[in-house]
Amino acid sequence: MTHVLSMLVENHQGVLSRIAGLFSGRGYNLESITAGVTADSQVSRITLVCKGDDNVIDQIKKQLNKLIDVIKVTDLSPLPSLHRELALIKVRAKPNQRGEVFQVADVFRARVLDVGIDSMVLEVTGSSDKIDNFIAVLQPYTLREVARSGLISMERGRKQTSTQPQQRKGASEKLNDDFKITIA
Amino acid sequence: MKISGAELFVKALKAEGVKHLFGFPGGVVIPVFDVLYSEPEIKVILTRHEQGAVHAADGYARSTGKTGVCLVTSGPGATNTVTGIATANFDSVPIVCFTGQVSRTMIGNDAFQEADIVGITRPITKHNYLVLDRRDLGRILKEAFTIANSGRPGPVLVDLPKDVILEKGDDEYPAKVSIRGYNPVLKGHPNQIKRAAGELKKAKKPLFYVGGGIHIAGAVEVFRKAVKKTGVPVVHSLMGTGAVPGDDPLSLGMLGMHGTYVANMAVSHSDLLFGIGNRFDDRATGDLSKFAPEAKIVHIDQDPVSISRNVPVEVPIVGDARQVLEQMLPLLEATKIDEWLEQLSSWRKEHPLEVQVGRDGNTGHLRPDSVIRTICRVFPDAIIATEVGQNQMWTSQFFTFRHPRSLLTSGGLGTMGYGFPAAIGAQFANPDKRVIDIAGDGSIQMNIQELATAVYNKLPVIVAILNNGYLGMVRQWQELFFDRRYSSTCLMTGAECPPQCKGPGDHCPVYHPDFVKLAEAYGAVGLRVMKDSDIEPALKEADRIKDRPIFIDFLVEREFNVFPMVAPGAGNTDMIFSEGGE
Repeated sequence: MTHVLSMLVENHQGVLSRIAGLFSGRGYNLESITAGVTADSQVSRITLVCKGDDNVIDQIKKQLNKLIDVIKVTDLSPLPSLHRELALIKVRAKPNQRGEVFQVADVFRARVLDVGIDSMVLEVTGSSDKIDNFIAVLQPYTLREVARSGLISMERGRKQTSTQPQQRKGASEKLNDDFKITIA
Repeated sequence: MKISGAELFVKALKAEGVKHLFGFPGGVVIPVFDVLYSEPEIKVILTRHEQGAVHAADGYARSTGKTGVCLVTSGPGATNTVTGIATANFDSVPIVCFTGQVSRTMIGNDAFQEADIVGITRPITKHNYLVLDRRDLGRILKEAFTIANSGRPGPVLVDLPKDVILEKGDDEYPAKVSIRGYNPVLKGHPNQIKRAAGELKKAKKPLFYVGGGIHIAGAVEVFRKAVKKTGVPVVHSLMGTGAVPGDDPLSLGMLGMHGTYVANMAVSHSDLLFGIGNRFDDRATGDLSKFAPEAKIVHIDQDPVSISRNVPVEVPIVGDARQVLEQMLPLLEATKIDEWLEQLSSWRKEHPLEVQVGRDGNTGHLRPDSVIRTICRVFPDAIIATEVGQNQMWTSQFFTFRHPRSLLTSGGLGTMGYGFPAAIGAQFANPDKRVIDIAGDGSIQMNIQELATAVYNKLPVIVAILNNGYLGMVRQWQELFFDRRYSSTCLMTGAECPPQCKGPGDHCPVYHPDFVKLAEAYGAVGLRVMKDSDIEPALKEADRIKDRPIFIDFLVEREFNVFPMVAPGAGNTDMIFSEGGE
């Protein structure tokens, strides 16, 4: 099953490499990874999409939590959450095809960023599924280039992820509670 | 006051109580060694190879629980530490390893002796740092020492660019740091502890299964109390050796590939397996689908990653083994498990540990078990280091370990060449104890250059070489599973040998190299033992020497094997007891 993990990490050099290296070194499946700084310039948010059965996902979360630079890992998959990806797509479009491409773009609420003699660049945001569909619909026009950002995600509602260290006792109970959930 | 990075580094070592620093200098770290030159409180030990420095720091740390520290230069100095760091990481040993780096302006330019050691060691350290700002140096040094020896300990590497070492900056070394992404859980969850104690009370065939975590947490004393109070028998992993005295009636010995028959039978039939500080490693469990099929599993471990990774755990407890056991001890009660204990004692009698006669019988050389049993008799309280292979497994089988932290061995990574430098480190930390490296003739040659370190520091480390002229464990596998095709395992293969040798013959030299002459060349004592009756006198002679290392070359049977053995991939009850596969 595919899981979306949203992580707060120290904004140090090498953090991305630690996380990517963990996946390659331990043979975990990493589908996409994005990183960017948060409102606090010391902290970055990394969103990653990974695949695996429950045991593997459980190990991935524990291994990520073990990294010193990782402050918090949240599995967004069971939570009500928002997921967005951005893509830039360059298609071949002769002048007589532009109208059609504009129409398709309109249906997907994509924007036209650039028009050339026989090409156009489109920008689209949405779920990964929507972007897959958009790319599929554009296939007849010959895709010249596709650039996708990878997923960024956030939990719905007012809850704010804290970067403060958890209370020791709380942390202990939390960990053991997590295990109970895993086992149940 | 403004001081250089090197001066702050030395200040940090002193604040951390570091008395011994294992190192090897080189271009970029000369300024650090220069400060150490006039520092009376820290003894710098020059090893003869950087790998030796890390293993020595490791042996120092394992035998005491204190953090081992090493300092090497950039490039090849740094890359030579890799095996030592990976060894320490696998066995959770607290080490801080400092490497020099080229100046910040040169990094990435393929400068002379540049290596991205932080990138190289990322997956084999608990954490690592490249110091890019002199202002961060004090904090990073403190974090390194904090992380290395807390929670589940491990090696931390700090890469120090030359210009950071030279730059003058503030002299503050913080007394404490808080790291928001790092909060090891020490106390166990009270409800889980209650559940675990309840399971132990209900069980009819309970069994403790302890690993290295019990030594690391300093939990041996409280664990022995728990064993005494409950009367529950104990099996241990290689790293858990010494958790209970090996001759305790409740000690069943090691489980797994070269474990005892009774330990493997016990695990396979128990109804409650109570793991403490162990990892359920593949060498211990064998085929997972056949591992402890009837048992509920309780698992106490510091590292959540180890829990429910290889086997599903019913009662997980994250925490420090000592603290959790102290919390649990008042809840424990004596068990009534006479039937189970009787069953265990009949298994124990069925297949006691013994060295079998090799395929060709005893050819008049020494028996490895006699050598190790005699070492145990002459030096019952020694700290024992081993190399890796047959020497390591025979040591775990025939030396009766009675004390915590008395076996230093590379369990996880299985590093040949670990034992001798580790013994040197342990001897520095334990000047009043006997430290003995039980080695093979293959692995001792992997770090034999450290003889010089031991000689110059007047360390009376005893190296007992079980010399069979083979890379014995690999040869054993070739004998059992590859039709005796001894490919590249004979250490005496020469131009005169038949092209496809399947065993020793008249053409073989008696030994090679001459370890006695080699030891003497370095200024150590060399002894050779070829007769059974000379084993004990040689060890006693070694015991009289207190001012230099002693190599004893024991010429043992060339084709003796380690039995019992669970074949790789087989279940733990599927044990082989002799070459015939019986």
